[in-house]
Amino acid sequence: MPGETLLKVRGLRKSFGGVIAVGNVGFELKQGDFLGIIGPNGAGKTTLVNMITGFVRPDGGKVYFKGKDITGSRPYDIANLGIARTFQMVRLFYHLPAYKNLIIPLCSKRISRIRGGRFGERDEVALDLLDDVGFERDSYVPYKQAGSLPHGYLKRLDLARALALRPEVLILDELFSGMSMAEVAGVLPLMEKLSDKGLTIIMIEHRLRELFKVAHRVMVLTFGQKIAEGPPDEVMQSDEVKKAYLGTDVELGESGRD
Amino acid sequence: MQPPDVKIRRKRLDRGIKARTDSVFVIAAPGDIIYVLAPRVLPVVALLILPFFLSEYHQEVLVHASVVGLLALSWDLLACCGLFSLGQSLFFGVGAYMAGMMDYYLHLSIWIGLPLATLSGGAICSILLAPVVRLKGVYFAMVTLMLPLLFRKIIEASGLLGGTLGLSTRGSFPNEWVAVYLGIIVFLGVLFGLRKLIDSDYGLVLKAIRDDDRAVMSAGINIYARKVQALFVAGSIASFAGAFLTYRYEFVGFSVFAWDYAILPLAAAALGGPGTFAGAALGSMILVPLSEALRAMGGLRIASYCLVLMVSIIALPEGIFSFLERKYHQFESLVEVK
Ligand SMILES: Nc1ncnc2c1ncn2[C@@H]1O[C@H](COP(=O)(O)OP(=O)(O)O)[C@@H](O)[C@H]1O
Ligand SMILES: [Mg+2]
Repeated sequence: MPGETLLKVRGLRKSFGGVIAVGNVGFELKQGDFLGIIGPNGAGKTTLVNMITGFVRPDGGKVYFKGKDITGSRPYDIANLGIARTFQMVRLFYHLPAYKNLIIPLCSKRISRIRGGRFGERDEVALDLLDDVGFERDSYVPYKQAGSLPHGYLKRLDLARALALRPEVLILDELFSGMSMAEVAGVLPLMEKLSDKGLTIIMIEHRLRELFKVAHRVMVLTFGQKIAEGPPDEVMQSDEVKKAYLGTDVELGESGRD
Repeated sequence: MQPPDVKIRRKRLDRGIKARTDSVFVIAAPGDIIYVLAPRVLPVVALLILPFFLSEYHQEVLVHASVVGLLALSWDLLACCGLFSLGQSLFFGVGAYMAGMMDYYLHLSIWIGLPLATLSGGAICSILLAPVVRLKGVYFAMVTLMLPLLFRKIIEASGLLGGTLGLSTRGSFPNEWVAVYLGIIVFLGVLFGLRKLIDSDYGLVLKAIRDDDRAVMSAGINIYARKVQALFVAGSIASFAGAFLTYRYEFVGFSVFAWDYAILPLAAAALGGPGTFAGAALGSMILVPLSEALRAMGGLRIASYCLVLMVSIIALPEGIFSFLERKYHQFESLVEVK
């Protein structure tokens, strides 16, 4: 249901050997929200995502999904609940043909539950998903070894892998980094469409201009602390954000950063 | 010399077949039929008729090769999902002792005892190793190396299960032929079964775990459950091999936990080419007869055996089967160009 609180994060903390990667960060997402997370490198964005998705055990704090405490659950259990993610450094199966990479999420408990355990056309589903992220369906591209594809395709393949889980929350860690302008322009409408359909999205992004086109709300992290949260234009007016994120002199919102 | 007016070009046979069929074999030309069937049918037929031409001693070697082959196939399945085992003798020994117990204590007939020992052996192995599937690479290998030693010492020291004397069992195969053919048929069945399994989506997920377990977890797959399932299948296969030998020799002693049964399958898989199953099978069919042939060399047997192994692994690191497979796919025939 729209308006229902889907994901609630409370006071998450994590240090790595004395370095505070994330210190006391919390936020809430309602169904259909589109949250952008920005902040300089090393701000703790990836660590935050890793804690939500179960890859890193938090030192403290809680994560609730639909009111259920999922803090410290196993990554596959969290994925099966419907929280899917991409990786900043794409994690794919490079020796497999691109579309075969999607067979793995299609073999998950979540998908067999959703589809009533009826399989046999996994390959077809995989090709459809690749179509959605802009692989030319009738070309050889979906059948090529993933390892032989250019970076932009790998990023989109990683996105398709996350979408294959039919998630309720989609977390994208710097999806656009390394993508060409044309590729970003190709994926943005998909993001909008998914958001319009009610998918809840968290998007970590350095390319602000593109992010602001789609995000409803932005959260800014520096040194593991949340320093601002709100609608994109409002947040970017804050002096603290200007200083922390890009340095005072940079024109914000206009150019973004690639 | 070609006649000047006929142009000849080389044609890769498999390309033609793949282009026409896209992995489903709908084959027209008789050459194609031979090309596709030969590597699959010939070894099977050869293995099935071979026992008729062998002396009792050589039949014994063949059965032993099938048993080691089963252990090697079991090893290869674990390797496919990233579990590097140094303890095939654990699976083997557990199966052998389960069969011994089924016979010695429960007096079950072989046709009940053998399948029961196979499945219970697989179950015991997967339960024993379930706590350590989270360990990576060498740590998992070390645990599998320790466990057979542990079992051996416990049986030796406590006198349980016949202690150092072992258990002499009563049930056995009705005759030699049944044993020989059961060994060969199960070996072939497991070989083709595993090749089918690894080509399925289930097998794809197993191999993906080996490549990147985090990516598989993020795709909603419980990798530990999958590994335990693989352990059950691999454990059952190796347990069958152990149980089979117990019934064949009407005896089981702690020598089943010996290092030979851990190292031979690994060597066979390395020789044949890991990850293909056919490689592990082929490796055992070469290695076991070779080690028998070298018996005449007495003390130098192990040394020459190791030498052969090292030379072949250095010369053909991909393994014999992978090498043959590559050559097979490059096989060309000459066709007239019209
Ligand atoms: N596994 C780890 N071990 C040690 N330090 C880490 C680890 N992961 C992240 N860090 C540290 O935590 C901080 C935040 O990193 P990260 O979450 O990757 O930031 P971001 O994604 O915002 O660039 C950095 O200082 C980084 O060096
Ligand atoms: Mg990051």
